[in-house]
Amino acid sequence: METKKPKNVFHEGAITSDFIGNSIYKHQTKINIGAHNIFLGQVRADEIDGKTVSAIEYTAYEDMANQKFHDIREAAFEKFDLTCMHIYHSLGTVKAGEICLFVFVSSPRRKVVFQALEYIVEAIKADVPVFGKEIFEDDSHQWKVNN
Amino acid sequence: MLLTIKYFGLIAEVTQKSEETLEFSGKHISELLTLLYAKYEALKTKDFQVAQNQELVATDALVSGQEIALLPPFAGG
Repeated sequence: METKKPKNVFHEGAITSDFIGNSIYKHQTKINIGAHNIFLGQVRADEIDGKTVSAIEYTAYEDMANQKFHDIREAAFEKFDLTCMHIYHSLGTVKAGEICLFVFVSSPRRKVVFQALEYIVEAIKADVPVFGKEIFEDDSHQWKVNN
Repeated sequence: MLLTIKYFGLIAEVTQKSEETLEFSGKHISELLTLLYAKYEALKTKDFQVAQNQELVATDALVSGQEIALLPPFAGG
């Protein structure tokens, strides 16, 4: 059964392909699932005023953020017929090309996971107090803003 | 009352610290902000939201909790 207590969503550093692959593997025992959907947020090497982003350093108001992730999770289970849902977000430095957000939803039916995933990712971007410092190749930085 | 004020991201860069405790004798969040603007003038030009006990509050809200956080724009994902 799903627990009601907020859990820690944060993961130090980048989220690796092995971690993601293993997470998929672990669901193969759950044979009531008919569809998974996955969102992977990846750090983009944006060019801003002639300088290229080489990494993002993530920090968060962790207690509030974990509570918000929990609220999003509860709302998603309420709204959609989900079997499973997992969210992992990086803290610390994640280099361009690496994964910083992994959202994984599973349901008996495909249409549900398409809708649920979009709902969850948009809620994370709007409601969760995570902050991103974009580090340029020359070690200068600027603060990222979601749009 | 004694408040713990937490600063994050760009705001922590302005205040040069991630948290502090302050004695506050006013009533509303707006009065607390006036106090903070006097202490950190550069805050006036920055965009942030205020959370009280981990919930976002408006500036006319009453200060009721011990933990206040100044949150710059979110950038998760």
